[in-house]
Amino acid sequence: MVTLGILSAFSGDNINYLLGGLVITVGVSVISVIISLIVGSIIGIIQFEEIPYFSSFVGTINNIIRNLPLLLIIFFVYFALPRIGIHLPIFLATVIAMSTFESAMLAEIVRGGLASIDIGQFEGARANGLNNMETMWYIILPQAYKKMIPPIISQLISLVKDTSLASGIVLAEMTYRGQIVYAQNSTYIVPVLVMLTVVYFLLNYGLSLIAKWFDKKLA
Amino acid sequence: MEKAKKRRFGIIATIILAATLILGLLWATATAEKNAKHQDTLSRVEKQGKIIWGVKADTKLFGLMNTKTATPVGFDVDIAKALTVQISKQTGVPMSAEYVPVSSASKIQLLKNTNIDGTVSTMTITPERAKVVDYTDSYFNAGQSILVKKGSEIHSIQDMNDPKYTVLVVVGTTAAKETKKFAPKANVVALQDYASAMQALKAGQGQAMSTDNAILYGFANENPDYQIVGGNFTNGPYGIAFDHDQKPMVDQANRALATIKENGIYNQLIEKWFSQVPGLDWRDLEV
Amino acid sequence: MGLLQNYFSTFLQGFGYTLLSSVVALVGSMLLGTLFAIMQVLPTRWMQIVGNIYVQIFRNIPLLIITLFLYLAVAKVVKMNGFTAGTIALTLYTSAFIAETVRAGILSVDSGQMEGARANGLKFGQAMRYIVLPQAFRVALPSLGNQFINLVKNSSILAFVGGLDLMYQGNMVAANSFDTFTAYIIVGIFYLVLTLPLSYYMQYLEQHLKAKA
Repeated sequence: MVTLGILSAFSGDNINYLLGGLVITVGVSVISVIISLIVGSIIGIIQFEEIPYFSSFVGTINNIIRNLPLLLIIFFVYFALPRIGIHLPIFLATVIAMSTFESAMLAEIVRGGLASIDIGQFEGARANGLNNMETMWYIILPQAYKKMIPPIISQLISLVKDTSLASGIVLAEMTYRGQIVYAQNSTYIVPVLVMLTVVYFLLNYGLSLIAKWFDKKLA
Repeated sequence: MEKAKKRRFGIIATIILAATLILGLLWATATAEKNAKHQDTLSRVEKQGKIIWGVKADTKLFGLMNTKTATPVGFDVDIAKALTVQISKQTGVPMSAEYVPVSSASKIQLLKNTNIDGTVSTMTITPERAKVVDYTDSYFNAGQSILVKKGSEIHSIQDMNDPKYTVLVVVGTTAAKETKKFAPKANVVALQDYASAMQALKAGQGQAMSTDNAILYGFANENPDYQIVGGNFTNGPYGIAFDHDQKPMVDQANRALATIKENGIYNQLIEKWFSQVPGLDWRDLEV
Repeated sequence: MGLLQNYFSTFLQGFGYTLLSSVVALVGSMLLGTLFAIMQVLPTRWMQIVGNIYVQIFRNIPLLIITLFLYLAVAKVVKMNGFTAGTIALTLYTSAFIAETVRAGILSVDSGQMEGARANGLKFGQAMRYIVLPQAFRVALPSLGNQFINLVKNSSILAFVGGLDLMYQGNMVAANSFDTFTAYIIVGIFYLVLTLPLSYYMQYLEQHLKAKA
């Protein structure tokens, strides 16, 4: 009976359906991490530059976003924004919610990465006739990003896990699809949850190994 | 940058950003009001050549996802399909039907969002909801009931009126609001979807699950250890919902609904989905 | 803001459950996390492996999956309601991150200190407890603080299993009033009341520690 449940829970159709969800999970995560990297870098640099008033203003907004639960931001973007006239399809809503949240997280990482660069390098570069922008772009950022690769991969892992929260707004990612599969038959629940665990684990553990490899290489 | 220049830049940038945020917020509030009276659903569906229906994906008999085709199937889905065909005939504009899975909590937002044009999703007509959405005439007669494990000491909702009992419901359903009226002392715990609620009942998270009888029949059918007890304690007809102020669309849908009830399509669908359900007299459901 | 008045007790109840869940999970995950961190630095090979497997598993799967597993599957064997299931899941999940943080803290303490303490006649446990761990925690404090903030935010997972927390109540108010915008803004403010002071205190602490070093 139990084995039968496992076998039919993992019928070809169900597996395909779940893996289709994995594509969405990975898609949302990768797009969000790219957007957050760009937005987060801008916010991080602004905070690092310590521009009077501006940096602390941006920093405050960043802190507010960073300190809210992602689940709330997802619900807000999808369920509350339409009330002020912003209508987003579900995939886009998820990407925007996750990018907003992750940008705030990555801004902190970028700021920390920049702060870890030796001040002497700024002075040296400027002594060689580079201006502020050029110093940042050619000398500082490449080094900072190299150091930031492992924490950025960690954030990608978080995103892959956090995409499961979008099942709350019925995005057809992997966790939601798992729920649909065990809605067919309640004996499927344990096999489905085990399969989801294994797939998430393999994906994220693989990513964490890559992060570790970079960590070693950079050290 | 020298200090004074940097300071000036900081002040200006802060003012610009703050102004953008405030103006953005004002603009957003203004659009919100404008959007309250938004476009006409009927002309939109005619223009896009399809009707996007919100349907359930986790509810047996009404709307359950078929993982092979990745589309939901059930009575609600078939009703949506039949209505689409009929509305196409009435308006003379060929339209196809598209289905988007919705949850009990999300369907009203999605209508407002115009992500879906209409919803056939086991939605009980209530006065509160009728203030925010437009309903068609009822397409299915349901009522709230409870599902318990066989051999349970609970025989009706009144038996649940004790703080030691927990009733499981789904967020955003009428049952989530009504159960307290019939069993004020019982704990009511709301879950995100029916799949989780049924699993929670099986896991002993509550002694009963409450929602419309028709949905419960689907679960009782699937889980022979569970049964519906005490009959219906509310009367809640299901309606097809559209966004607020969509009279042309609602009229079309009502005409289509009346037609499929007359020409026998409706009864065919009732037979197709409910004739196999033990304990349910499907002939009662026919019109 | 009429919404806040009408549903004030609902929000407050949710706030209470969020706070309770966070505090319980905080204590639990600190204990578990420290335990697994120590296991990973013990000389015994199999202990290291067990500690490592625990940390890797709970770090790499979504909190939602752990929560659903406890609430829907484990609860068939051991009775637990949504609040308990969610809080335990939160504890297990967070403990893996705390274990990593504390382990890094322990490794940052000069190994000579452990040897010195042992040479002075302290047992391994004593040396760990009185010499190494206090220093490790000091080093780990800023990232532990971040884990606590994450924990409070992650407690919103309780909403998925009827855990009566702030997010759950917010969803109920949103569904009942149809005023999603205001409902979620109020929920956000309640969360910020918990997380923002913690966050600013951590920033202050980090700078303070840096200035000291």
